[in-house]
Amino acid sequence: MLATESPVNYLNVNTSVASWLLTKDHKRIAILYMVVVTIAFILGAIFAAGIRLELMTPEGDLMSSDTYNKLFTMHGVAMVFFVLIPVVPAILGNFALPLMLGAKDVAFPKLNLLSWYIFVIGFIFTIVAMVTGGVDTGWTFYPPYSTDGSDSNVLLAGIGVFITGFSSILTGLNFMVTIHRMRAPGLTWFRLPLFVWALYATSLVQVLGTPVIAITVAMIAVERAFGLGFFDPRLGGDPVLFQHLFWFYSHPAVYIMILPPMGAISEVIACFSRKNVFGYSFVAFSSLAIAIFGFLVWAHHLFVAGISPYSALVFSFLTYAVAIPSAVKTFNWTATLYRGAIWLKAPMFWVFGFLGLFLIGGLTGLFTAALGIDIHIHDTYFVVAHFHYIMVGGAIMGYFAGLHYWWPKMTGRMYSDTFAKLSALLVFVGFNLTFLPQFVLGYLGMPRRYHMYPPEFQVLNIMSTAGSSILALGYLLPMMYFTWSLFKGEKVGANPWLATGLEWKTQSPPLPHNFPVQPVVTEGAYEYSKREIKVA
Amino acid sequence: MSGHISPKSSYYGVFAALMVMTALTVGVAFIPLGTLNFPVALAIAIFKATLVILFFMHVKYSSRLTKMIVGMAFFFLAILLLLTMTDYGSRGWYASPRGTATAGTQVTVTGPTQARRPAAAEAR
Amino acid sequence: MHADAHGHGHEHVHHPAHQHHFQTMEQQAEASTLGMWIFLVTEVMFFGGLLMAYLLYRVWYPEAWSEASQELDIVLGGLNTVVLIASSLTMALAVRAAQTGWRKGTVVFLLITMAFGLTFLIVKFFEYREKFETGHVPGPNFHFEGPFGSQAEIFFSMYFALTGLHALHMVVGFGILSVVLWMAWKNRFSPQWYTPVELSGLYWHFVDIVWIFLFPLLYLVDRAHNVA
Repeated sequence: MLATESPVNYLNVNTSVASWLLTKDHKRIAILYMVVVTIAFILGAIFAAGIRLELMTPEGDLMSSDTYNKLFTMHGVAMVFFVLIPVVPAILGNFALPLMLGAKDVAFPKLNLLSWYIFVIGFIFTIVAMVTGGVDTGWTFYPPYSTDGSDSNVLLAGIGVFITGFSSILTGLNFMVTIHRMRAPGLTWFRLPLFVWALYATSLVQVLGTPVIAITVAMIAVERAFGLGFFDPRLGGDPVLFQHLFWFYSHPAVYIMILPPMGAISEVIACFSRKNVFGYSFVAFSSLAIAIFGFLVWAHHLFVAGISPYSALVFSFLTYAVAIPSAVKTFNWTATLYRGAIWLKAPMFWVFGFLGLFLIGGLTGLFTAALGIDIHIHDTYFVVAHFHYIMVGGAIMGYFAGLHYWWPKMTGRMYSDTFAKLSALLVFVGFNLTFLPQFVLGYLGMPRRYHMYPPEFQVLNIMSTAGSSILALGYLLPMMYFTWSLFKGEKVGANPWLATGLEWKTQSPPLPHNFPVQPVVTEGAYEYSKREIKVA
Repeated sequence: MSGHISPKSSYYGVFAALMVMTALTVGVAFIPLGTLNFPVALAIAIFKATLVILFFMHVKYSSRLTKMIVGMAFFFLAILLLLTMTDYGSRGWYASPRGTATAGTQVTVTGPTQARRPAAAEAR
Repeated sequence: MHADAHGHGHEHVHHPAHQHHFQTMEQQAEASTLGMWIFLVTEVMFFGGLLMAYLLYRVWYPEAWSEASQELDIVLGGLNTVVLIASSLTMALAVRAAQTGWRKGTVVFLLITMAFGLTFLIVKFFEYREKFETGHVPGPNFHFEGPFGSQAEIFFSMYFALTGLHALHMVVGFGILSVVLWMAWKNRFSPQWYTPVELSGLYWHFVDIVWIFLFPLLYLVDRAHNVA
């Protein structure tokens, strides 16, 4: 018997460096992305550590204002463009989508690899910008400071962001075509897993929105480098036009960041409640609604920029409208838990963390959406806390939920459930300690992007910094136990979670071409009622 | 592949129409129509683009999905242009007591208020 | 019949262009055209950002727009419009030739399309050179008489950005057509597979459509002197 030989899978079929760097296998490309995104996350976290250290004291004593400006700028650039945007689509999406569709790969595998190279090149440009002096405009690059006032590496960083955008565009394009044209026989739209619906909605946003920020950053670069006048008030240009164009993408971008993690949450919650997601079609349509409505609200970032108050009222109303589908999803996930057979494994811990933190983030979004309130809390720590609750408490936790769910499929190994649960708890506690005080700080008037503040704010700032150290520990643990699992983790079979879904019907790790025989689908996505509830 | 093969005559016909429309748009540009010149030029351009899309790009014979994708592109372009213009278009509607001076607009308010004084209180 | 690595027997011969993650050539062709259409959607939004800036400043500065537009050569612009539309015709005929398996027709029509494209770019070069000479290039050397000079600089920024981006797309299109021309010359296409011709056709038509809008937006502003 060939007992000692591992079966052929996408990891061991060829282990040369060239086979990785020239791969067309979506599963390998997912891992390539995971490496770069993790590096970007560590970089962004280092910048965040610098920020929190400085903010422990009211004086600007650790660094100059210029250096502080660079820290929060580069923290934002690294986290937004190189972590949050790609983390779930390019990693979990790339890995799972073809498997979930019963396909051999995405529609355009070579384009997929090109997307990764574009991502790396954009990242290199941005890192060079960071280490050769940094950028201090804020990740939002507002003119006239970015075109005329700042003497930092705006051009290099702008080029990096411009290039990276195409990685996102091509991924979205690839996923849309894959979902339209490569579903297995019998896999109709309403039998699709909700993760696929989420990826489709995300792809719409990537394809429609990213080109606009690309051209906008290009306009900044050209104005800065060649003196063309687009936003220059001395010529009659309008800096607020930049803000319109910038946020036309950057608001929908936050839906790129949250929709895929929401999709992952749907998958995990169904599996670990042993139940169909409540109101499947409502959740599916809500994903589309969020993607489309998300394009109608951008000027809520411009409420105090001098736009017409009538226009601001319209955008405020539309912002409330876009909150509704997100709320629908949250209700439906909760209803899924009700009367489910909850199986409390590590992925579910991350799900519960997500539900609590996303709820707070979403509710505080309603505060900022109100025009009158936003006049007072815009550009304060209230807003900072709000979006970190969504992006870290929501998106990153959703990513970790998905990562803990699909890790055994990706690697064929199981990690330590105890350490994973500990990590989720540390992240949850650390996160709340870091960001809950910031709501109070913002309400009391502490502005964002300042490293000096009135002394009465110090206690809350120290709480926040203390929380960030716990948060860091929470994120450090997965790096350790996931790595450990690769060498010492228990080997798993095709379906360790007894989950539904085509990806669980093939070996772990999967074959290079996914399925030995083309699967055919005859039932809905979450037929848990037909499964034996046998918990290992 | 099973793509629709158009007869050559349809291509020549579309080309002729495009040439006529081009001449028309140049001609109309020299006719003083006031504020209508811009919309007319845009309408002609949209008509020309539609011909290219439907016939040269075969969208008329393509799937519903293709048609929806083409529509989607122009729909979201329209949102970008029109929703942004709701801001610029309604600036200056509200004249606050100290006036608004927005860069580049024709609306500049200098000196004392043009807003309504508390006339209701005075009238009583 | 034997089962191969795909897990199915070789009853059929695979077309050399068939990529194996697709079940059939038809699925592959449909996916390819869908992919190109979605790419064109991104291009619409890409130009859209510039069009938004154009729209705002045209509404704000009608006099500057009027005066600056007169400085563009309507004859050259009109000629370029005719040339580009003609190139769209020949491109459509090239695709049709490929669809019907007419190798020589494909090659000839592609060549003519490329010649028209090159003509366009050469005319553009002369237009740009004239702008350099008259000091209408935005930046430190910009010079425009009259009270609307600053705002005219915005017009010319839009002019160079829009036509420059368009010209860049034409250059890329020219490169793509060279590759497709070479493939047609090597007789790679047939009624069963002509995807590269079809896709480059779609791209080329898109570039034509952009110019169909740019011509009136830039060259035909207030030629009847309503404003200034």
